[in-house]
Amino acid sequence: MYLRLDGITKSFPGVLANCGINLEVDRGEIHALLGENGAGKSTLMKVLYGFYQPDAGTISVDGARLDLRSPSDAIRAGIGMVFQSFMLIPAFSVVENIALALPRLGVVPDTADIRERVRQYGARYGLTVDPDAKVWQLSVGEQQRVEIIKLLVSGARILILDEPTSVLAPHEIRGLFEILQTLRRDGYTILFITHKLKEVMAIADRITVLRKGSVVGTLSRDKATEQDLAYMLLGERELRTDTFSRRGRADGARPVLELESVSVPGERGRCGLAGVSLSLHGGEILGVAGVTGNGQTELGEAILGLRRAAHGRILLDGVDVSHATTARMLEAGVACIPEDPLRMGVAPGLTIAENMILTERRRFMPRGGLFTDWRAIRRAIEERIENFGLTIPRLTVPVGTLSGGNVQRLLLLRELSRRPKLLVTFYPTRGLDVAATRMAHELLMMARNGGAAILLISEDLDELLDLSDRLVVFSRGAIVGAFRPGEIDTVDIGLLMTGAKRHEWHDSPASPIPAS
Amino acid sequence: MLASVLEGGIRAGTPILYATLGEVIAERAGIVNLGVEGAILVGACAGFITTAQTQSPLLGIAAAALAGGAASLVHAFMVVTVRANQIASGLALMFLCLGVTSFVGRPYVAVKINAVAPLAVPGLSDLPVVGRLLFSHDVLVYGAYLLAPLIWLILFYTKWGLALRAVGERQAVAFASGLPTAVVQYAAVVCGGVLAGVAGAHLSLAYARSWVEGMSNGRGFIAVALVIFATWHPLRAVLGAVIFGAVFALQLQIQARGVALSPYFLDMTPYLLTLVGLLLLARAQRHTMPEGLKEVFEGLK
Repeated sequence: MYLRLDGITKSFPGVLANCGINLEVDRGEIHALLGENGAGKSTLMKVLYGFYQPDAGTISVDGARLDLRSPSDAIRAGIGMVFQSFMLIPAFSVVENIALALPRLGVVPDTADIRERVRQYGARYGLTVDPDAKVWQLSVGEQQRVEIIKLLVSGARILILDEPTSVLAPHEIRGLFEILQTLRRDGYTILFITHKLKEVMAIADRITVLRKGSVVGTLSRDKATEQDLAYMLLGERELRTDTFSRRGRADGARPVLELESVSVPGERGRCGLAGVSLSLHGGEILGVAGVTGNGQTELGEAILGLRRAAHGRILLDGVDVSHATTARMLEAGVACIPEDPLRMGVAPGLTIAENMILTERRRFMPRGGLFTDWRAIRRAIEERIENFGLTIPRLTVPVGTLSGGNVQRLLLLRELSRRPKLLVTFYPTRGLDVAATRMAHELLMMARNGGAAILLISEDLDELLDLSDRLVVFSRGAIVGAFRPGEIDTVDIGLLMTGAKRHEWHDSPASPIPAS
Repeated sequence: MLASVLEGGIRAGTPILYATLGEVIAERAGIVNLGVEGAILVGACAGFITTAQTQSPLLGIAAAALAGGAASLVHAFMVVTVRANQIASGLALMFLCLGVTSFVGRPYVAVKINAVAPLAVPGLSDLPVVGRLLFSHDVLVYGAYLLAPLIWLILFYTKWGLALRAVGERQAVAFASGLPTAVVQYAAVVCGGVLAGVAGAHLSLAYARSWVEGMSNGRGFIAVALVIFATWHPLRAVLGAVIFGAVFALQLQIQARGVALSPYFLDMTPYLLTLVGLLLLARAQRHTMPEGLKEVFEGLK
């Protein structure tokens, strides 16, 4: 056995992240680590990368025991890792970023040599990237290639990839898989962290499933089925087999939200919105697909009144709200789950209770908030939490101490319990595990069936196809395609999103989207 | 008059350039040092006292560099090791230095010293106009304008510069690449302090040739603002320093010619220019700022 992890145990204050984990990996195999958020996959891999020191257990490569005290020890042992959030410096060129990773660097780095090596690896493994481009100019997929080149240049033979597909569009994922297969052919060993069953079935030679810090089992791909893996992944919990029940919406009603060729200027090199028209009815989920930074933020902020449209009109219930303030939009029944919840949705230093009433201050804190009945507020919040079937710790802890999943649940709960007529939601399940995602989806579906109009901005194409009644694809600030789920598959959406393909769809302000 | 304003600009711009270059180095490593003003004062005071005692301006310059570096070491310790707020630590250091130098320097007010003498470059100084403008200064002036391209080369073409900028952009990435981030930051801040000390030496040993308490008179803060005008680039700092130096020189010329303008108003002009410059440039150049500084200004640190 090439790589062997024996009895790895790692605990953090209050959490046992890894509990006696054994893992064996062959040379030149792609080994998937499958598990939900918090199952311990990343911790285990960070132990292997010397980032964490295990409380117990040993690591050996080729029979030789390794003592990894820091990532540089791991790099010297030929182990490299691509983190989920890339370790690149956006202001630097590709060459400069790679120079940083080189163990032996001359006083005046030989940039010509580094450039040449980038080209060579690019040609050999399909890792094409412009060596002189600044990293901030690169797409996420290209940045990932830079990360992989960094590992290869620094001499790694064991490559750890932490959820490499979570940032990619479907056709980019196919590209990555081709790259990984070429690397495997050249004898590289690849450890691939994911929680997506489809990817495991597409690329892995063997699969190890982790749950709650322990190994559930290791299977070879030929013997595994998605069903088995899902069962191992989730354990006793009941699996979702049925699709959502959808209540039809009243036809012919006036749309809740209409955009008439709205344009918003872009900021700092980002594209704004270029003449976007769309309409959204109550009891409907309109999915907005697109690579982050293609105008989705501007779309949401224009609707919420955080940003002024330079041209065009925005109508809410038929009333022109193009110039309405955000406060008026909130009052009119618009709610939002923002892009970065911890920064934009909650005040991390305030308690759960305080955060829960932030968007309904007038209701919960009458008479200018002079006489606030906190006990009543707490009762009201507890009741809501119960109604939604959530478990949430004490209401007096600061929100900043909660996990991302819990913050997202709180936000959904806060915004949905206002019974908004329009909900703008950005990436509602980004970073959530399978169970939390399912809960978020159920909450959104519940709101839809209750008559809310929902604008679902997401990068997760499966989520978009699952939830949306209709779907528009954004690229460079414009709608490049409009569909119903079922009319299109993820690969085609991905190609549209990245501008690799254009759809024969014509923007006409009069009939923005085929009416349903 | 234009020639003499320019010549004066190059001379008056010298201390500003040293301080700005030093601050460029520190900020490229992700640390804002508002204590530059204090390091200049410490340098001016230590340089002056040493020169007065030893009659050697060279020893004075060395003492100034050491004193500036030592003052900044305090800032480096506070922000890198103790992780104190950079703005607060810098300001505290500035006031501390102001107090200490006023106290220590009191006996030396109005003392005469053997100043840094001008050194004409043989051959070149005889050229018409250019000779007087560029080649008839003291050695610290030449040093400043030669240092700028040197720092530019080091920052952008050597592995040390790469490491320094990496630390200033994303410390976590630099750390993961195996760089000793704390050492890099200490080195950058101390280098910046050494240069600020030399700036002080030029002020007291060559420019004013005397010691007065608080004689840096805000030049350190102008340097901090100039770093922003210069978009953290050493070569652009030269242009900014000469412009500011010229304003100082012009102000002296106007006063010398007895124009009926309040000297207090004239004293304000360089700082007014700073505000106008910031107003015009702040928006456009924010995204060239080293990313690590965002944390300072957004108060996360």
